Amino acid sequence: MKIKFVDQAFKRATTVMALSVVALVVLLVFSMACRSMPAIRKFGWHFLFTGTWDPVKEVFGALPFIFGTVVSSALALLIAVPVSLGIAVYLAELAPSYIKQPLSFLIELLAAIPSVVYGLWGIFALAPFLRGSIQPFLSKYFGFLPIFQGEFYGVGMLTAGIILSIMIIPTISSISREVFLAVPFSQREAALALGATRWEAIRLAVLGYARPGVMGAVILGLGRALGETMAVTMVIGNRPEISASLFAPSYTMASVIANEFTEATGNLYLSALVEIGLILFFVTLVVNIIARALVWKVSGKVKGEIRE
Amino acid sequence: MNTYKRRKIASKLMCAAAFLCAFLTLVPLISIFGYVFAKGIASINPDFFTNLPRPVGEPGGGMSNAIVGTLILIGLSCLWAIPLGIIGGIFLSEFGNNKLGTTVRFTADVLNGVPSIVIGIFAYTLFVLPMKSFSAISGAFALGMIMIPTIMRTTEEMLRMVPRTLREAALALGISQFRTTVSIVLRTALPGILTGILLAIARIAGETAPLLFTAFGNRFWHQSLTQPIAALPLQIFVYAISPFDDWRRQAWAGAFVLIVIIFLISFISRFVIGLHYKSPSSR
Amino acid sequence: MKKLLWLIIAVSAVSFMAGTASAEKLLLINGAGATFPYPLYSKWFYEYAKVDEGVNFNYQSIGSGGGIRQILAQTVDFGASDGPMTDEQLKQAPGELLHIPMTAGAVVVTYNLPKMSKVLRFSPDVVADIFLGRIKKWNDPRIAKDNPGVNLPGGNIIVAHRSDGSGTTNIFTDYLSSVSDDWKTRVGKGTSVNWPVGLGGKGNEGVAGLVKQSEGAIGYVELAYAVKNNLPASDIKNKSGNFITPSIESTTAAVNGKANSMPSDFRVSLVNPDGADAYPISGLTWILVYKNQPDKVKGKKIVEFLRWAETDGQKYSTDLLYAPLPESIVKQVQEKLKQINY
Repeated sequence: MKIKFVDQAFKRATTVMALSVVALVVLLVFSMACRSMPAIRKFGWHFLFTGTWDPVKEVFGALPFIFGTVVSSALALLIAVPVSLGIAVYLAELAPSYIKQPLSFLIELLAAIPSVVYGLWGIFALAPFLRGSIQPFLSKYFGFLPIFQGEFYGVGMLTAGIILSIMIIPTISSISREVFLAVPFSQREAALALGATRWEAIRLAVLGYARPGVMGAVILGLGRALGETMAVTMVIGNRPEISASLFAPSYTMASVIANEFTEATGNLYLSALVEIGLILFFVTLVVNIIARALVWKVSGKVKGEIRE
Repeated sequence: MNTYKRRKIASKLMCAAAFLCAFLTLVPLISIFGYVFAKGIASINPDFFTNLPRPVGEPGGGMSNAIVGTLILIGLSCLWAIPLGIIGGIFLSEFGNNKLGTTVRFTADVLNGVPSIVIGIFAYTLFVLPMKSFSAISGAFALGMIMIPTIMRTTEEMLRMVPRTLREAALALGISQFRTTVSIVLRTALPGILTGILLAIARIAGETAPLLFTAFGNRFWHQSLTQPIAALPLQIFVYAISPFDDWRRQAWAGAFVLIVIIFLISFISRFVIGLHYKSPSSR
Repeated sequence: MKKLLWLIIAVSAVSFMAGTASAEKLLLINGAGATFPYPLYSKWFYEYAKVDEGVNFNYQSIGSGGGIRQILAQTVDFGASDGPMTDEQLKQAPGELLHIPMTAGAVVVTYNLPKMSKVLRFSPDVVADIFLGRIKKWNDPRIAKDNPGVNLPGGNIIVAHRSDGSGTTNIFTDYLSSVSDDWKTRVGKGTSVNWPVGLGGKGNEGVAGLVKQSEGAIGYVELAYAVKNNLPASDIKNKSGNFITPSIESTTAAVNGKANSMPSDFRVSLVNPDGADAYPISGLTWILVYKNQPDKVKGKKIVEFLRWAETDGQKYSTDLLYAPLPESIVKQVQEKLKQINY
């Protein structure tokens, strides 16, 4: 009977500890909601759709930051998704085994570099390089597009997007590779037996099969890009303005908090910043839920078929 | 035949493109490492490891306090995040096949995705404002919160990988579930759990954003945990955006040291994984 | 394997002990705020550690807005700002806050035009219109009018400004508001404002860094930041119509203009003063302390330091390009320091 008592206590203790994690997250949401109440009351839904950020007159609208976050992350995905898929296909399907290990190790090293080091590299290596060669090139040959017009600052939306894409490539490529590897071999063999070329077999049998999992990987990468703070703050130019040009400086939700949180003098100002944090929390929450659902769906499907 | 040829060529092209993607990614990697190593090593000297930061223009400033500060912050975060994470993981694997378990699992995944800067705001509200001081504790709280989901979920996965038969054998011998879990299941899964912990440490070692308004930075040796404390990533950030050449050099040196610390941790964890995967056959 | 876990636990425990039980305790006093006087403050705190070995002053330059915010929240022992607190902010404070002027400095308009050998000159309205985004090219006729005989490049002007709450911004926008009605109505003055154009950098360091990195950039920084970084400091036309080079002398001239009419709480703006030699964009910088210090020991040390800084400390100012406070103001400040209770 003693055993039963110990086990009961054990179960209770672990339950309490696990629930305290839930309590922490609930407290996080609650405390942030409380702190952002003044801004929510004052600006309501307008907060999301107005673009003025004027601490002197105490008028706050988060639109430029939402725009900056969305565009920089979208840009990052635009670059990172094809590249990551290429990497994943190469590592899972094509690479000889003596390259596989070291290459995947090297790409995962990218994930271990801290974001402040990315920022440092961005300021002193990437931004001058973009300003000196890439931006003049883009403006010369694609300057008819509004996204490649305007002054070359070096820092700005384009730089932030590129840095973000480098940062999320390891996430997307490693998960995609796992998903590809989970596709049963019979699928590929069937395609090859029907006379498909190597690429067709990959496209039809592997990519088609793994699509939900790859989507999940992409969305996880998106989640990371949305919340990334330091590297972006250091290279995006910190200007709350909506501009069509990718060369223009911009601002993201995470970087406005990093720059202004300790310095917001008015209560309303601080409250507006916390509200931005709260929005960021909910955006990443939704994104992560979608990602988990997708990854879970494909891994469940694959497991199911293996059992058959 | 013509279409076949075209298909063949398309296949070759796509495979080449995939190859190109993989090797293109190495360009930024090599560039970052090149910069950090070249500029970092050039600016590292004994002063860097032994001296405190000096005012602009005074030669011989270092980051000794920031290096120690980062280690202390990591240690403090581990102190509360590891027990909570492991016990939470035990709950998930042993008692978590119900609605409560799903809720906890979901919360951990949510927490894993919360941007670190948001956690920084939370730590500021919870610790800095009531204590009326920026502090090492608030920094460690924020970093620990980032660690928890990783530790919790790896613990769960690792415990689940322990064969059922092992548990059943132990329980059949009349050993309590508590003893079974702690001395048999947990012990078997330990290498995997350690890997999770090390990965979590590697992640927080370079975190800057949540420290901006918690640990805050300190130009001296820290005195107590309720005071601001220096941290390597924070110092790198401050020096990186400064206009002083001497400070910028130190930022590179700091980046070099930080990367070495993080890679050491990653390598140890890889070593642990290696042992883990070999162990079944060697036993 | 177990050893490794024990190692982690041991390291954590040791760090905890190291944190709580350090052998000899030094008193740590935390301050935060203005980046404008940071080079001088860090020099002061470095030197003062030799005067009083029992205390360390940890100063983090997070911006004047930050200094005000954190002293209001009482998360630091003293704040620092180069923009005086507004009456409304003072009302929010849990106790009476004092402004202690520490030094005076000039905000200079700096730029990055590598091929330019002569230092540029600007009229007030030209500066305002550049920062309003109305003057877009370096060879604009209005810039050329101020700089006869200078061969101006044709490139675009890149405006750099502060992204954080800043006393330097306060001084600069206070100046622009006093010389341009458009600026006053469209933007106004404050520690952070809604900038019509440009890139944001964090801190005086950030703006100097931005200007240094970008050819064609223009920005405003504290004089010391410009000189230390070999950035040019342009001459600005003052109220009397003279183009004045920012320097310690011309800043002192601006301070002296106000020395006899100093209000008792020291909250005064120095921009656009009368004197013929006075540089028009200068300001005082303050340390913010509570009149009733919550911590007796710290309060005593803070007052001792402030006394030292007002007297012995002033000699470090000129080396770092700040204008020492004139005798008459120092006397007033010494009287004020007696009011602090601890």
